[in-house]
Amino acid sequence: MIAGSSWQATSQRILAMIFKEIRQMTRDRGTVGMMLAMPLIQLMIFGFAINNDPRALPMAVEVNDVSPFARSVVAALRNTSYFRVTRVIDAPGEGERLLARGEVQFVVTVPVDFGRDLVRGARPQLLVTADATDPAATGNALSSVEQAVAGALSHDLIGPLALRAQGASPVEVVVHRSYNPEGITSHNTVPGLLAVVLSMTMVMLTALSVTREVEQGTMENLLATPLRPFEVMVGKIVPYLFIGVVQMGVILLAAQFVFRVPFMGSIALTLFATLLFMVTSLALGFTLSTLARSQLQAMQMSFFYMLPSILLSGFAFPFRGMPLWAQWVAEVLPTTHFIRLVRGIMLKGWTLADAALELGVLAAMLLVLGTIAVRRYQDTVA
Amino acid sequence: MSAGGVDDGAPVIAVHGLTKRFGGRTVVDAVDLSVGRGRICGFLGPNGSGKTTTLRMICGLLIPDGGEGRVLGFDMLRERAAIKARVGYMTQKFGLFADLTIAENLEFFARVHGLDRRRERVAEALERLGLATRGQQLAGSLSGGWKQRLALAACVLHEPEILLLDEPTAGVDPQARREFWDQIHALAAQGMTVLVSTHYMDEAERCHEIAYIAYGRMLARGTIDEVIAGSRLHALQGEGRLDDGRGADRLAAEIEGRPGVAMAAPFGTAIHVCGPDAADLRAAVAPWADRIDWREVQPSLEDVFIHLMRGAQDNSVVVSP
Repeated sequence: MIAGSSWQATSQRILAMIFKEIRQMTRDRGTVGMMLAMPLIQLMIFGFAINNDPRALPMAVEVNDVSPFARSVVAALRNTSYFRVTRVIDAPGEGERLLARGEVQFVVTVPVDFGRDLVRGARPQLLVTADATDPAATGNALSSVEQAVAGALSHDLIGPLALRAQGASPVEVVVHRSYNPEGITSHNTVPGLLAVVLSMTMVMLTALSVTREVEQGTMENLLATPLRPFEVMVGKIVPYLFIGVVQMGVILLAAQFVFRVPFMGSIALTLFATLLFMVTSLALGFTLSTLARSQLQAMQMSFFYMLPSILLSGFAFPFRGMPLWAQWVAEVLPTTHFIRLVRGIMLKGWTLADAALELGVLAAMLLVLGTIAVRRYQDTVA
Repeated sequence: MSAGGVDDGAPVIAVHGLTKRFGGRTVVDAVDLSVGRGRICGFLGPNGSGKTTTLRMICGLLIPDGGEGRVLGFDMLRERAAIKARVGYMTQKFGLFADLTIAENLEFFARVHGLDRRRERVAEALERLGLATRGQQLAGSLSGGWKQRLALAACVLHEPEILLLDEPTAGVDPQARREFWDQIHALAAQGMTVLVSTHYMDEAERCHEIAYIAYGRMLARGTIDEVIAGSRLHALQGEGRLDDGRGADRLAAEIEGRPGVAMAAPFGTAIHVCGPDAADLRAAVAPWADRIDWREVQPSLEDVFIHLMRGAQDNSVVVSP
């Protein structure tokens, strides 16, 4: 029989390829692990972590009225399940500070003489201030306010006050959407994009560039020269920093002139935070490269990092909509902290003092990653 | 030229009891080696015998698990940076940047070593290489022989005192190999000490001295004559035809099993037999003495090495400790 002349020969050869392929696949534990872990991780993230209708959002209440109506209103808001009272404000101006820092999502202010005006039929105002940087996170909660308040008061306004419950709502609910009054999604997305684009390029490019040296055998040559590990690291990182700076410029210019994103904070602080984030991402990429044995593995590791960075960091979906475990996972990612920083500075006008905490977290991450990278990157082979 | 306080005449590479383990496997086992200035030492041994690992330890790319030594007077455990600056190491695999041009590769190494007159040095190196007009060509597009010459040029750019070459001529054609060796001798004549690993016997014969390592152990050292004499082997060359018209070479398998014969190998139509005792060897080939003409010859380096290798224990198969 002449090989290649029949379908048996064809299937024989295809089988040979299939067996070879399966054997190689099982040798590459990273790829097998990735194939098994990926669907599980995606199921966890999309099935449990992501929630476009976030509830139990932290709310601060400022009650300047002692009437039972004020208590009813707060209780009604809580009953919508959208709000969770985490702070009670007793000093004027504290509400704004809490919103700016992102400690609460809403501040509800019950004005002085709320109860008296209500009884008089003077339609007192109920002020709800929302951190509307992410319109998706606050939309449903805000739309529930009016009905909840009216419903609650209809139980209270009985007997001689029943008249107040009829007709127009007895209370004028004033909603104040801070930082993004028109609820424009791109105001929230474009600054977040800076974080995602930078972490994508910085982490992946460095991880690949180091493993490429190892894979192609040029690392041995580098290590045989007087170059020290620290020098190799800095030398590899600096060119990517330039790329990062260009990317930052493009995104910030587009934010300014194409998307008209408000820029409330200082440019210098934005640049500083971005630079810190870039260096942290580069250090992470370097650390990954010392763990990966091939470019393929480095690629897979970067992908493993990118997935939660996009989905859990608050970039694509509301951070507060996620269960606590997902929030903790996200807290470990530099992207999460940088997204808070860049949104805070651009949209809320954060000053250095406001940004100090997140900057500190990023700096600590840089320290840890940098140490691991330098430790793991040896000036010897094998 | 007396960096680190090395006086001429004293060995520039002097290591003792060098040992390296990977996992449970001892890859280099108590190796002693000393090479004097300006000498070319051939480093021979079967695949996986620990040649590359030894070279890497000498140039500071690996830290030995045991042993000690001085390279150019510097402690090989504690002064690796000083050693790296004064040693040129050419890796077995082409280790230059394929996506940089020839000139850019040389410039990079000139910069890394902090050389002055960079442009001139690179231009000179290109001139010497005969690549003056092709400096802008990508290094990855060169043929095997040219890549090897470029790699050598890159690792002697900083005028190292020691040159470590790891199988530099593997896969290179005979003419390129000859030119390469002429260059090695020229460098040695200028005082560069060369330690070169190879599998080729003809290259071993071009070295001033050789060191034979197998399965991590140093089995023989010295000049070629010393190594051959030290082996105490005797060899016979047999030529002629058997009764059935077969050549002497066909006897190899038959003779090798006989007492007193270490090995028998066909060479063309002749047969090469060797063993530790001359009389025993004669007795072993006696049954074919009438038809085949047996002549006493000097054992070849290859005889000696194969003999040594068979006597050594193979450690390349992992035995769980």
